[in-house]
Amino acid sequence: MADFVSGFWNMYVMGLVALSLLFCLFILMSNNKRETGPVELHGHVWDENLAEYNNPLPRWWLYLFWITLVFAAVYLVMYPGFGNSKGVLGWSAVGQYETEMRAAEARYAPIFAKFQGMDVAAVAADPEAQGAGKRLFVTYCAQCHGADARGAKGFPNLSDTAWNWGGEPDTIKTTITGGRMGMMPPFGPALGGEGVKDVANYVRSLSGLAHDSLRAQRGAELFQQNCAACHGPEAKGTAAMGAPNLTDGDWLYGSSEATITETVSNGRTNRMPGFGEFLGDAKVHLLASYVYGLSNTKPAQ
Amino acid sequence: MAQSKHEFVERSVGWLIVLTLLTVSVGGLVEIVPLFFQKTTTTPVDRTGKPLNVKPYEPLRLVGRDIYVREGCYNCHSQMIRPFRAETERYGHYSVAGEFIYDRPFQWGSKRTGPDLHRVGGRYSDEWHRVHLINPRDVVPESNMPAFPWLNRPVKADDIEDKMRTLRTLGHPYSDDEIAGARAALDGKSEMDAIIAYLQGLGTALSNFK
Repeated sequence: MADFVSGFWNMYVMGLVALSLLFCLFILMSNNKRETGPVELHGHVWDENLAEYNNPLPRWWLYLFWITLVFAAVYLVMYPGFGNSKGVLGWSAVGQYETEMRAAEARYAPIFAKFQGMDVAAVAADPEAQGAGKRLFVTYCAQCHGADARGAKGFPNLSDTAWNWGGEPDTIKTTITGGRMGMMPPFGPALGGEGVKDVANYVRSLSGLAHDSLRAQRGAELFQQNCAACHGPEAKGTAAMGAPNLTDGDWLYGSSEATITETVSNGRTNRMPGFGEFLGDAKVHLLASYVYGLSNTKPAQ
Repeated sequence: MAQSKHEFVERSVGWLIVLTLLTVSVGGLVEIVPLFFQKTTTTPVDRTGKPLNVKPYEPLRLVGRDIYVREGCYNCHSQMIRPFRAETERYGHYSVAGEFIYDRPFQWGSKRTGPDLHRVGGRYSDEWHRVHLINPRDVVPESNMPAFPWLNRPVKADDIEDKMRTLRTLGHPYSDDEIAGARAALDGKSEMDAIIAYLQGLGTALSNFK
């Protein structure tokens, strides 16, 4: 429905539409007359003697035009189109959308409500909820965390038992609702090239990876001075800050010495956007249950 | 009688041109021209007339938008969420005309090989876009989107003032200060920064909530 700046445009549209219809009507009427007698030639001559009869349009074909005229008139009465007219059906694109949404709400709300009344662990054990959760996950989460939830470099694997921010049901929900901002500051300037290498070797030693033990020894000291504030004195991480556990063999960006050196030197910043406002509590609950289930329930046999 | 009129129109080229133009212009006159005089299509409001927070593109986003056009992103990505549940569930609130008043030309598109991007702003982190544009398969293994590894070069900034001044003549309310500061805003930025800034601002004028 139109909200024109002045009433003129309403009249303008109605006038042009009416004029067009009347013009079509005039053309049809003027073709309706059938003259008796011999059919005349069209007047054009090609290739010395080729001429064309000026036959009237076939009746059945003309009737199709009449039908389109009637259709147009009926349409303009029933649907919006004739200036500002809303049409007797009161149809609008937004109205149709809202009807569709209401129907979906009526159909799906009880399902969501049933799961919302159950706690996350119980929903995670429910096969129907897991099916729905998987579909939500693939729609909203797979772009970063992968369709199989195993993540990618810089985007956490959700199918294992390592959690940067904590894997309790409520924490997962908080993460999905509000998002997370992971920020490790760069330590290159503070530690210097050699210092960074020492720390990288120490970090590798924590999960039993090949390392230079002399460097690791020096790195241990630097670690306590620079890294322990977030990653903890035992490098077990601090879930409240999203500082990863460095001893569990799980790596967000990679475990090679080069990658760790890069991480320590330049820091890492990544953000998970919050989905609470977009998805609403019911879907967040189902998603949290699905994600929880990935690492806390054995797959059904 | 009828035949002589027919003959007249067919044999006088001038009249044939005039009458043909008149006939084919009716559709545009009825369906396009009135849109220029409709508040919901020319001002930043939603369909109920409520004002939307739509601003002209800042220099970096403006450059990013040109890169979006240059790389032909519109060939595979639309920016037009239709009012169907299947679309709003996935992308967010359906698009309204008032959101596009500073898009010249708008990037609605009509074909989706990739997903719609109208409300991609804020959906992913900057870091995700960086990884994804350099090689989409690093984050989405199933993706068939081409890689854009050359975006890490510096943006071309020498025509930004002209661009903004031209847009100002078309009604984008840039102030003299904004135009004077444009080059500084692009200083040291890469094309990657620009297109990410553009993408992160897409569709944020209307709440992402359906």
